Amino acid sequence: MANPAHAAPGEHAPHAGHGAPSQSWLMSWVMTSDHKRIGILYGLSALFFFVLGGIEALVIRTQLAAPGQHIVDAATYNALFTMHGTTMIFLGVMPMSASFFNYLIPLQIGARDVIFPRLNAFSFWLFLIGAIVLNVPFILTPFVDMRVIPDGGWFGYATLTEKAYTPGASIDFWICGLQILGVASMAAGFNFIVTIFNLRAPGMTLLRMPVFTWMTMVVQFLVVLSFPCITIALVLLMFDRLFGTHFYLPEGGGDPLLWQHLFWLFGHPEVYILILPAMGIVSEVLPTFARKPLFGAPFVIFSGITIGLLGFGVWSHHMFTTGLGAAADASFSVTTMLIAIPTGVKIFNWLATIWGGQIRLTTANLFALGFVCMFTMGGLSGVMHASPPVDLQQQDSYFVVAHFHYVLFGGAVFGLLSGIYYWFPKMNGGFLSESLGRWIFGILFVGFNTTFFPMHIVGAAGMPRRIFTYDAGLGWEIPNLIETVGAFTIAVGVLLFIIDLLRSIGRTDGKAGPNPWDASSLEWITESPPKVHNFDITPTVYSDRPVWEKNHGPGPGYALAAVDEHIHIPPPSLRPLMLAMGVGMFFISWLTAGQFFMFGAGMSIVALGAILYSSFSWFLEPGH
Amino acid sequence: MLAFRSSTARLLSAGPLLTAFVACLLLVGCGNADSTNIADSMNTLVGHSDLTKNILDIYGTIFWIDTFLFILVQGVLIYAVLKFRARGDEKTLPEQVHGNLQMELGWTIAPVFILMLIAIPTVSFIFESQAPAGKDAIVVNATGKQWWFKFGYPGYGFETANELHVPAGRQVDLRLQSDNVIHAFWAPQLTAKRDMMPGRVNHITFTADRAGTYLGQCAEYCQDSHALMKFRVVVDSLEDFEKWAAHQKEGVPEAEAKSAGFEAFQGATCVACHAISGTSAQAAIGPNLTHVGSRTHIAAGVLENNEANLRAWLKNPDAVKPGSKMPNLNLSDEQITTLVSYLQSLK
Repeated sequence: MANPAHAAPGEHAPHAGHGAPSQSWLMSWVMTSDHKRIGILYGLSALFFFVLGGIEALVIRTQLAAPGQHIVDAATYNALFTMHGTTMIFLGVMPMSASFFNYLIPLQIGARDVIFPRLNAFSFWLFLIGAIVLNVPFILTPFVDMRVIPDGGWFGYATLTEKAYTPGASIDFWICGLQILGVASMAAGFNFIVTIFNLRAPGMTLLRMPVFTWMTMVVQFLVVLSFPCITIALVLLMFDRLFGTHFYLPEGGGDPLLWQHLFWLFGHPEVYILILPAMGIVSEVLPTFARKPLFGAPFVIFSGITIGLLGFGVWSHHMFTTGLGAAADASFSVTTMLIAIPTGVKIFNWLATIWGGQIRLTTANLFALGFVCMFTMGGLSGVMHASPPVDLQQQDSYFVVAHFHYVLFGGAVFGLLSGIYYWFPKMNGGFLSESLGRWIFGILFVGFNTTFFPMHIVGAAGMPRRIFTYDAGLGWEIPNLIETVGAFTIAVGVLLFIIDLLRSIGRTDGKAGPNPWDASSLEWITESPPKVHNFDITPTVYSDRPVWEKNHGPGPGYALAAVDEHIHIPPPSLRPLMLAMGVGMFFISWLTAGQFFMFGAGMSIVALGAILYSSFSWFLEPGH
Repeated sequence: MLAFRSSTARLLSAGPLLTAFVACLLLVGCGNADSTNIADSMNTLVGHSDLTKNILDIYGTIFWIDTFLFILVQGVLIYAVLKFRARGDEKTLPEQVHGNLQMELGWTIAPVFILMLIAIPTVSFIFESQAPAGKDAIVVNATGKQWWFKFGYPGYGFETANELHVPAGRQVDLRLQSDNVIHAFWAPQLTAKRDMMPGRVNHITFTADRAGTYLGQCAEYCQDSHALMKFRVVVDSLEDFEKWAAHQKEGVPEAEAKSAGFEAFQGATCVACHAISGTSAQAAIGPNLTHVGSRTHIAAGVLENNEANLRAWLKNPDAVKPGSKMPNLNLSDEQITTLVSYLQSLK
């Protein structure tokens, strides 16, 4: 595979680089604005929190392994399932997706970085602060005389989350953490939308963009349109708790249903924020390992857009039991069923993609095929509770727990694992172990189904969600025991994966080369790992499969002009981290105001000062 | 349930995964379809009211459509992987097919018709099941509390807790409400599920088809003892129901209202929260105890109603139900003995 990008490097040095000799290794990471490094930071943080959320799940499963156990008490159990859900969604799957956006989007569109590299660094640091705020109560608990670990469920339904019913600081930590994460996600969302619209290489029309880039763009629109809903919902809840307003309290003329509408108007698009990146990954992996183009690529793209749009019109299917009335139930039922159509289009196109190909069963491809298999299962059970009458039995039972784990674990997490195996050689230069990878896939696939399939059964047998204990004799014992065995099987798989990942990070042998899988999009013309500025010469794109066509025809794919370009990369800076700390402190001041009002109010003024200082010094700093 | 059983044989040939899938659902669905065992009454795949039977019909339709699509997708996937697996000695690339408009239209339009098979019965049953209750329906006000259920019978003028009695063959209009957090009322085989929302009234109308005792449980997370917020529905013949209701309406006799037991009840400050009709105890914070001795369980379906359990409950409610709103009154053993025998006498 001749690659002119590597034939003529050297003379195109960027005018400002990372890791200048004066910087220590640590500071080079703290001050980085390189999208690839930020991607790696997101990925490692996500992995850490994924493990933390997994440990919470293991405690939950241990408690439920047999009826009537008291390994943890009721209050702890409630905190654990709240934090498991919150962690997996906001601190596991979302940042792992963000890791892929960061690392890949500039590479896939032929750009040298995102359009606002420092805003990107700001997003990451703010995400990390939000994640810490959510988890710091675990450390605080022994030292304070009130409940501090969030325990209102990841959905935080009012009126339960009001001060009258949850007087401690647990909900305040939850509100504060989510608000901070929301700002981080919004900033990243705008950054990627502007990046994708403005920084595409010459010739890369929208329909020549890789499907992963497309799904990323849809996700960013969902983020910037849906996060304001939860921001508002959380502000109102904070006002109720801090100032005695009653937005959600019926005795003051409020309505707890308002919370549910606002929450799910965010919460349902959030489901697609979690799954669409994985769909994008699978749409890259399946064609590469079938050595065929993605079947019906425009249809896959448009079905992704349709899913995103319809995602804003189905939120009340989370509320079929709340008594919205027959007309609302019927409308939201039909819109929900409609989502099955674009989802089906995607699945059929993936099947048609592998049909007639030369399928290589690499670990990445196994996870992608596993995704199609498990996601289908989750989609089909979803059709069941799209029907409100059926949902009146399944809602808040373990059947629903089974459903969304098939979508979010068998779906999103398998898709992300596929992406890790697929792009790891690009990030590292060497491969993850393929032989161990197959074992990991096998263990996770079996463990996953052992854990979550019996939840359909026990849910149909009437076991409600979120119960810390259950009685013997209702037919729930055996499925629950099997589920617990499955959960520990998953833990073994994840442990093996982490061991292999840590082992392989040090093994940058460069064996991978620029394009180990004979893939089709632009990231595969860069070195592995890519240089700081990604491309010496910006490619001109002639096809939706530029690299494949360059190698296999029929078209030229892409071309590299022989002009000497000016490469601009902003110098490293501490300002993004400083601003993130200022913004984080501002939100934390309102968290402390819940218990110590004047202290919190004072702190918020200090925080505003810090925000002003760091943003002005950011603007005045030369070279960005 | 017969439909499940007779179709099983045909499906057994469709692959081990599917076999496991169907077998598991059969285990649940057919296990004890006709049993009157109360322990099976959480099973949602058996219906004992007009409401739940109709839900099962729709569930059955979707189940078979889903099963068909599951076999189709997994079958194509497995077949494609086996048939088109790279052997490593290919000299040429596979044909570079970019798409096919007819196929795209086909798999966009075909699902519309499949979904209509689900949507039509769904939508028509939504309107049917949410129609207002008939005039002769028995009205029950069901209120969710942390963590028990209050049942009021406005047509009869009494209140009870945690054990709902309804007659078979008569429509019941359950009016669900809450004055605290959100709960959900779920007796799987009779009522399916609806939320008890603070500030509004939700309805479940259903007609139970035969006598028996059915389990139910709160299904909306409501904090500490959510897992221990249970209830029973006793479906009686109309005659037995009327007898029960007439008895519930009676307060305790005047003599008993001045008994030593009641004195202890008063002395231990139980009267601050509980009502016993016919006496001066009229508080409405905790469950109405007028006929507590006739209930089979205490503490919202958690403990069998017997002396030992009553003692344990009065000794330390929080040990039975974490977070219990009933405080530990630090009662002496003597007080507890008097109270237990008094409560047991309230039949």
